[in-house]
Amino acid sequence: MSGPPTHRVLVANRGEIALRVIRAAHACGWEAVAVHSDADADSRWVALADDARHIGPSPARRSYLDIDAVVQAARDSGCTHVHPGYGFLAERPEFARRVTEAGLTFVGPSAEVIESMGDKASARRTAEQAGVPVVPGSEVVADVAAARAAAADVGFPLLIKAAAGGGGKGIRVVRTEDELEGAVSTAQAEASAAFGDGSLYLERCIEDARHIEVQVVGDSHGNVVHFFERDCSVQRRRQKLLEEAPAPGLSPALRDEITDAAVRLAAEVGYQGAGTVEFLVEGERFYFIEMNTRIQVEHPITEMVTSADLVVEQLRVAAGEPLSVAQEDIVLSGAALEFRINAEDPEQDFFPSPGELTRFDPPTGPGVRVDSGFVAGGQIVPYYDSLVAKVIVHGRDREEALARAEQALTELTVDGVVTTRGLHLSLLADEEFRRGGVTTTWFEERSAAPAGSTPD
Amino acid sequence: MPTIPSPLPGVFYRRPAPDQDPYVTEGDQVTEGQTIGLIEVMKNFSELKATAGGTVKEFLVEDESDVSVGQDVAVLE
Repeated sequence: MSGPPTHRVLVANRGEIALRVIRAAHACGWEAVAVHSDADADSRWVALADDARHIGPSPARRSYLDIDAVVQAARDSGCTHVHPGYGFLAERPEFARRVTEAGLTFVGPSAEVIESMGDKASARRTAEQAGVPVVPGSEVVADVAAARAAAADVGFPLLIKAAAGGGGKGIRVVRTEDELEGAVSTAQAEASAAFGDGSLYLERCIEDARHIEVQVVGDSHGNVVHFFERDCSVQRRRQKLLEEAPAPGLSPALRDEITDAAVRLAAEVGYQGAGTVEFLVEGERFYFIEMNTRIQVEHPITEMVTSADLVVEQLRVAAGEPLSVAQEDIVLSGAALEFRINAEDPEQDFFPSPGELTRFDPPTGPGVRVDSGFVAGGQIVPYYDSLVAKVIVHGRDREEALARAEQALTELTVDGVVTTRGLHLSLLADEEFRRGGVTTTWFEERSAAPAGSTPD
Repeated sequence: MPTIPSPLPGVFYRRPAPDQDPYVTEGDQVTEGQTIGLIEVMKNFSELKATAGGTVKEFLVEDESDVSVGQDVAVLE
């Protein structure tokens, strides 16, 4: 046994990802400090942390998004590291910078890398430099005249996107030249309001593609490896509903190309930490769309098919250690799916359903993993996102994983709030989904279909 | 006097964005269906609309504070 831990990480997040980071810290022999708002004082992750700090009232803007409060909590609690989780401050360069200025280590890439990947136009340029194909598009356009000229090259339909964008904000689909002027001005206004930056660029609209993303991790010794890909094509309004790994039906040649491209891009920026390179895949062609410079909600399916602990790797790398694995050690094994159990009502246009989890019986059994920040009696409060739990299943092949998924989702019982469980069961029964390889428009087209498409 | 209750639990906002003016202030005339604020629930924003026309007498809920289902947010006269 070693002596007392030399590392102490502040977990700057809540819910399942906070618990996930606390567990990984303990697995590394580190101590973990939780932060919480008023609403989360009695939460599971606060109870399991070695120490906890109150950082403000319930609304996220006054607690989890309050950089001053979070950095102060890290300093006051004697932390050496800060893990941002996903969402909240995870991709805010100023947060990474403030953590570093406070003499602490940010678990993730540098503020400069977050910044350059956060700016979509600059990320495209970096991808092009690394020889990674990007969706045909333009540089930043200053005004309607420039947009008109660029549109002639890009072609219709096209997307107008905010350079500083994210979360679907500042994006407009433009089908004809007549729509261009109005779309530029509304996208500009939305981008200015949401990001404080109205810069726009144009991109060809690829309408029938799969969303496939590659998990990468880089260390401070110049190593970058990939942990294969995930298929996240089942989406509603650009929000992922379920994910799977590996991408069903992806040809080995395309898998090699896309994973190589992701590693080249990460290496180009000297990437340190866990990150995800997202692509649109159309037939055998793929295009870079963006890079997420953080751990993602769907990371567990990658862990299931590669036996990696990605959060432990994040902590190792942040402590200056080399990656625990070389590329040739990372082998794909079986298939995994993740189902997001959200407190939302699919029958009421996914309307949020906050409330008390009067009953919460997560499934168990072979190949089943459930990541949740909650236990029975917990409150799904209206201040944060609607994720109740992630049901993750693994099988020797996709067929076995699908069977285990059906069993797991049938066993799951959640009372007190309406959830997306029934919707997932209906997706599992859908022949098109079972065949694999659906595209990003599939779910919304299916939902719009007249018969036999209503979730239970 | 008619009141405007919140149909949702969440956080009540009087402004469309932090740097913008409130939708309405005390003494303003509103018409039925006019937006008087936003309710945020799980990162979704819904408009809170006047349930009747009239003059806004007072707000019973502070800007950016919690509101429960059915709780009266504003009083009209």
